[in-house]
Amino acid sequence: MSRRLAVREIMSSYEYRRYPYRRPVELDGKGERRPVVIVGAGIAGPTLALSLAAHGVPSLILDEDDTVSFGSRSICQAKHSLEVWDRFGISSRIVDKGITWDQGEVYLRDQPIYRFNLAPEPGHKFPAFVNLQQYYVEEFLYERCLEETLIEMRFRNKVTGVVPRNDGVTVEVESPDGRYTLEADWLVACDGVRSQVRRALSLPYPGEVFHDQFLIADIRLKGDLPRERRFWFYPPFHPTNSVLLHRQADDILRADFQLGRDADPEEEKKPENVDRRLRQMFGPGAAWEHEWTSVYTFSCRMMERFVHGRTIFAGDAAHVVSPFGARGGNGAVADADNLAWKLALVLKGEAPAALIGSYCSERRAAACENILQSTRSTDFITPRFPASRIFRDATLALARDFPFARALINSGRLSVPTAHVGSDLDTPDSDADWAGGPAPGRAMVDAPLGAGWLVERLGLGFTLLAFGEAVAPPSGVATVNVGTEGLAPQRYDARPGTAYLIRPDRYVAARWRRFDPAAVEAALGRAMAN
Amino acid sequence: MTEAASGTLRRALNLARPDDVYNAIVDSHKDLSDELCRAFDAKLILLLANHIGDEAVIREALREATP
Repeated sequence: MSRRLAVREIMSSYEYRRYPYRRPVELDGKGERRPVVIVGAGIAGPTLALSLAAHGVPSLILDEDDTVSFGSRSICQAKHSLEVWDRFGISSRIVDKGITWDQGEVYLRDQPIYRFNLAPEPGHKFPAFVNLQQYYVEEFLYERCLEETLIEMRFRNKVTGVVPRNDGVTVEVESPDGRYTLEADWLVACDGVRSQVRRALSLPYPGEVFHDQFLIADIRLKGDLPRERRFWFYPPFHPTNSVLLHRQADDILRADFQLGRDADPEEEKKPENVDRRLRQMFGPGAAWEHEWTSVYTFSCRMMERFVHGRTIFAGDAAHVVSPFGARGGNGAVADADNLAWKLALVLKGEAPAALIGSYCSERRAAACENILQSTRSTDFITPRFPASRIFRDATLALARDFPFARALINSGRLSVPTAHVGSDLDTPDSDADWAGGPAPGRAMVDAPLGAGWLVERLGLGFTLLAFGEAVAPPSGVATVNVGTEGLAPQRYDARPGTAYLIRPDRYVAARWRRFDPAAVEAALGRAMAN
Repeated sequence: MTEAASGTLRRALNLARPDDVYNAIVDSHKDLSDELCRAFDAKLILLLANHIGDEAVIREALREATP
């Protein structure tokens, strides 16, 4: 999400602690070449660093600031992100601190017309979503990064220049004690929508700008707070536009008012005007305190390539979407997860540098999907031409009596793991009799297993899920024997003998009805671009 | 969810009483303002599109109807 109209003031009850700055050793003629330098300590950067550290790869994070995200920003942490962060031990903290939800309700005027459940089946370790302010997520990530000996975080270190080399990148950095340069094998830009690295390399960021303005009012409201996501079209308290309501940790609600194109952002941000809107929404008896107020517009953009030599772009630096659907922060986590194992294999010399090219193709496919979905939501919520509004309103009018019309209501298609079917790394099905289960190019699915969960049983590398028959996979591939009873075989359309090869990022690389060591070996080589 | 079938748009008459159906559609618009006509048509299109349920047929109709 763009912060072009940006934050006016921070009134948060959250205490923004300052993380320590230390004089960079390079200023004293020390320091050595780094395998990976990451720019930006938002969501993507620390997630990537933790994942690299788990693979034994050291990294250095540079951030121009010395604290976490200002404002709650990306609040909906999706199941897939929680599964990634669980490997670093922070998802239980996110679940404990955050608000678990999987229900949503859509209103037309004052009538509920549609209720959805994003987690229709039980038997997953994590819920569809946990709402938690971005500053808490970053705080938890920073804490883990600071514990890691393989990760160095440098706050108040700003990238001022990037010089690409054939075998690496020279990074020019400005610190409070002066300027210095770093040599890196790989530079990963996780520095957000206005990426300094992207600008330093003069790379374009093509896309589409949306002109509707939205007001976020994060408030601490006293009383019973709803747990589900609520979305209103034409509510009585804001009759010309839409309103979205989300609950966050610390008894904070986010009310997100669509203001239209012509609103005056300076007027809208005035506390008395925000209070007037909130009063209409919550009624005369309600009492609240302000946490954070922001007026924003957004754009959907995507770089033509995410990999430029030894410089790689991830998260909002590489692609940015509208906020409808929670695809920004969760897309950044998925980028980091896709990239980490590939970088680790390449740096260890176990895979060719061509493997990094698959990061671009796979994550560009994901970004295209995210932009398509979020643009469709945006067009439904803020119709851009007269006929578009007429069909939107016709859909809303039909929704109460016709279930099909409820399915067309698009107030945000919420983030699920994107597929990259047809990726060069994946081995297409050779057996014709699959009737379900995640196909190659799709994310694995969780299921109960023993006293725990399938997602907990996978390690850092490739894993063979074996259903019912003991197998001997190639060296370097772990095996999880799943058995043939319970939910897991159902979710994988498994029969005795079925085997799935799962990539380190928990995507399906290949699957077979019968285990064949040669086929597994071939699929493994393909998945590592060997 | 209905599978995306791949039929083709009917070109021959498929109505037993074509004049009655045609006039029923036209007459439904008789007392409506332009604005209400457009809202009515949008609902009708959505209702019929879902009933047809065949994306290929709907897309072909969209192409044929495009001025």
